[in-house]
Amino acid sequence: MEIPRHWRLKKQRYGLVGEVCPHCDHKIFPPRDVCPNCGDEAKEQFAFSGKGEVYSYTTVYEAPAGFDANAPYTVAIVKLEEGPMLTAQLTDLNEQPISIGMPVEMVTRKMRNDGDERGVIVYGYKFRPRMAVA
Amino acid sequence: MTTPNTQTSPALLKPVKPVGIVGYGAYVPRYRIPAKEIARVWTGKTSGLPIKEKAVPGLDEDVITMSIEAARNAMLRAQIDPAEIRAVWVGSESHPYAVKPTSTIVAEAIGAVPSTQGADFEFACKAGTEAMVAAMGMVGSGMGHYALAIGMDTAQGKPGDALEYTAAAGGGAYILGPAEESLAVINSAYSYVTDTPDFWRREYQKYPEHGMRFTGEPAYFKHITEAATRMMEASGTTAKDYKWAVFHQPNTKFPQKVAGQLGFSLEQITPGLLVTVIGNTYAGAAMVGLTATLDIAQPGDRILCVSFGSGAGSDAFDILVTDKITARQSLATKTQEYIARRTEIDYATYARYRGKITMK
Repeated sequence: MEIPRHWRLKKQRYGLVGEVCPHCDHKIFPPRDVCPNCGDEAKEQFAFSGKGEVYSYTTVYEAPAGFDANAPYTVAIVKLEEGPMLTAQLTDLNEQPISIGMPVEMVTRKMRNDGDERGVIVYGYKFRPRMAVA
Repeated sequence: MTTPNTQTSPALLKPVKPVGIVGYGAYVPRYRIPAKEIARVWTGKTSGLPIKEKAVPGLDEDVITMSIEAARNAMLRAQIDPAEIRAVWVGSESHPYAVKPTSTIVAEAIGAVPSTQGADFEFACKAGTEAMVAAMGMVGSGMGHYALAIGMDTAQGKPGDALEYTAAAGGGAYILGPAEESLAVINSAYSYVTDTPDFWRREYQKYPEHGMRFTGEPAYFKHITEAATRMMEASGTTAKDYKWAVFHQPNTKFPQKVAGQLGFSLEQITPGLLVTVIGNTYAGAAMVGLTATLDIAQPGDRILCVSFGSGAGSDAFDILVTDKITARQSLATKTQEYIARRTEIDYATYARYRGKITMK
């Protein structure tokens, strides 16, 4: 049971909410209260657009416990338009070939159950091939 | 002392302050299973099927994730501060939790917390439009500036049952607000409700039961025609006064037949008739049909939208599109763009995605 951790991280997981440094305008994800760029304090929330591109990727066939129901799935390092890079699952891929530089967008999806089907459902960000407008 | 019989002279549901749709958004998952593929497994039939294909959610999707995406699309069109949304109400018959609101997670994801109402509505396929009527009341009374009403489902049919061909996933989200900010004003609503046991699911049961042919005349047709007729009578309108109409759509035949009975042409219902290509999205059905209609509507168009929920009831809405719609239609993904994003799956993949294979 990791309920406190899921609860604490919900804003960044559901809505890709990080921080912006008031001193150097550096965009920070995940939020960490100290700007990795200038070292000053950064506490102002910043909602990322969710737009980015695939920096690198790999496909997981032997998934860790809790993620096995969705295997195989692809994990990517995504470079957000605002700068930071993060690791996330790709979704809604179908048989679409993935490539470095592919434009993707954030969606909120079901990640796993906390424990078994009796536990809370953990939701979080994944990325999918970018749709035309949104 | 006599009690006035209000049922014979229906009063339209009109808020004190005029209310409209400030933003709307759709969501339809990308996977499709053709009705022929379901028939291949169970009956071998290749014709006479109720629809062409239905939308199936992916392994990581449920009513919460789908509601979040539809709500984000509505937010893109509304261009408002989410903190001003004072109610998040989600209508569905497939809420992921038996106890724990869908609405709080959706509200958190779009930034509408903490000063908001949050509740999950249930009324079979009209749970979403019931939430819309409640949102009209919330905004129209002045209690809140904006209210979000969502109708979304990941409907399940028993394997091999007639409902399996149509029970699908998708829906729509509507941000209601003051009429002067709206892309479409809701002139009024009218609801017609009776105790009619045409379709139900008992607690702890995975799949619903239905009354076979009883789902037609005394249920779907009776409630939709009564709601629409009483609304049009009270509004002094006929089918000719509406450019478009959207009816709840459990299959292709029912909405076409009820439209004809009410004097609407096939042309009037075509933009909102999505069941053939996405299936019956239950609480999402009328609401996602309305999103597709708003996507192509022009200022001045009048739209009649009538839902139907088993058990049973219908909500009718008389909607007038304003000149604000043109600039907002393209601010988010259109319903037909979701429908065009199509990946066909076979029955085995569908059975895995929908949890029909018991693993332990």
